[in-house]
Amino acid sequence: MSSSRPLSNPSFNSPQSASTPPTAPAVRPPAPSGSAGTPQPGHSGLRYPSNRKTIYDRNLNRSKNAELSRAAFAYLFVEMISYAQRRVTGIADLEKRLNEQGYPLGLKLLDLLLYRSAPSSTQPPTTRPTRILPLLQFITTTLWRHLFSRPADALERSAANAAEYMVSDNEPLVNSYISVPREMSQLNCAAFVAGIIEGVCDGAGLKTVSVSAHWVGEGDGGGAGAKEGMWPGKTIFLIKFAPEVIEREEIMGGKGG
Amino acid sequence: MSPSSPPPIWKHVFNFTRVVFALLVVNKAGGLIYNREFSAGLNKLNSNDLLILAGTFHGVHAITRSLSPLPRPPYGSFAPTDVPVRPTGLEVLESTHFRLTCFQTATGVKFLLLTDPPQPNIDVMLRRIYELYADYVMKNPFYTVEMPIRCEKFDRGLDGYLRVIARA
Repeated sequence: MSSSRPLSNPSFNSPQSASTPPTAPAVRPPAPSGSAGTPQPGHSGLRYPSNRKTIYDRNLNRSKNAELSRAAFAYLFVEMISYAQRRVTGIADLEKRLNEQGYPLGLKLLDLLLYRSAPSSTQPPTTRPTRILPLLQFITTTLWRHLFSRPADALERSAANAAEYMVSDNEPLVNSYISVPREMSQLNCAAFVAGIIEGVCDGAGLKTVSVSAHWVGEGDGGGAGAKEGMWPGKTIFLIKFAPEVIEREEIMGGKGG
Repeated sequence: MSPSSPPPIWKHVFNFTRVVFALLVVNKAGGLIYNREFSAGLNKLNSNDLLILAGTFHGVHAITRSLSPLPRPPYGSFAPTDVPVRPTGLEVLESTHFRLTCFQTATGVKFLLLTDPPQPNIDVMLRRIYELYADYVMKNPFYTVEMPIRCEKFDRGLDGYLRVIARA
């Protein structure tokens, strides 16, 4: 695992960068007004904002002003973790639960982001990622930019196992306020993001055995000091594809891309 | 005792001898939940004395709060103030060689900062410390409210901030 060759550096923008262009709303018929968005007058609250447009009535292409408060996410994530923590016995169990919370998000984000990238006039329409490499590119650039407003920091293929790929993030946003107590030092709450990745891979039809989040700093002694100083929260997402995916990839060989 | 070399001239010119000695955090029940030293200079107190200091300060603070006179409306205004004014308690405690500044949050947590008396901008520093507390303690899922603070990132954030201040 230690010796691995970098496949690509996602910080160089790929042609299909995720910068959502000013969308052309004409592509999509406006959301049917009326039916869903007419609450009873007495029924107010969070569910129905004053303009009566819930998140479901909004145009799917609307990505302007869609950024969320980081503190709001942090508090929600705190509640997600403590909710999960009350129902688990161990660290592995807790990570599994966080993973399961992320999984459905990944399934939906794959479709949403592909849909959004389509109406760009200057670029060719994006096709579904059908091979491993385009899929990983999609994850490290499009997905990462959508979720965290920046690309992932590295993408590598494991030298030990051809079915394993590693996406690394120097400072995962979900962990930015979290200090894991010493007795649970194995726990990485970015398991939630790992679940999102797993959802994207499975949704694209490239089955995974598992996607897990790991700390980098601990364990190996060599260079640990340097890592400790620079990126103490560096996290690697280990993606293990199912054997049939690798087999298919080999059969398809060099053609296509 | 050893004759130390005089401090460089710029230290006098810009009055850059700023020191933050220590930070204590006291919960709303008067218990000490955090204690960290940033630069040497104060005599060391053992943990028991620190707990007593926190508890005593908490008590004195409560008494000074009830001592506090009700603020009068500004001169010439007849309208009663709508916003209830919260009486503040003891805010600064100063000796020849150190100053203790207290900042109480809306929820009753107190930050006690021990500094050198000429240290300026203590209110700014306390506000920033409060921000760090809000970020790295209150947004940490593994922290239980009112319990001792053991958050690595809070420590690191304080170090990063207060060391920079001390060097500036």
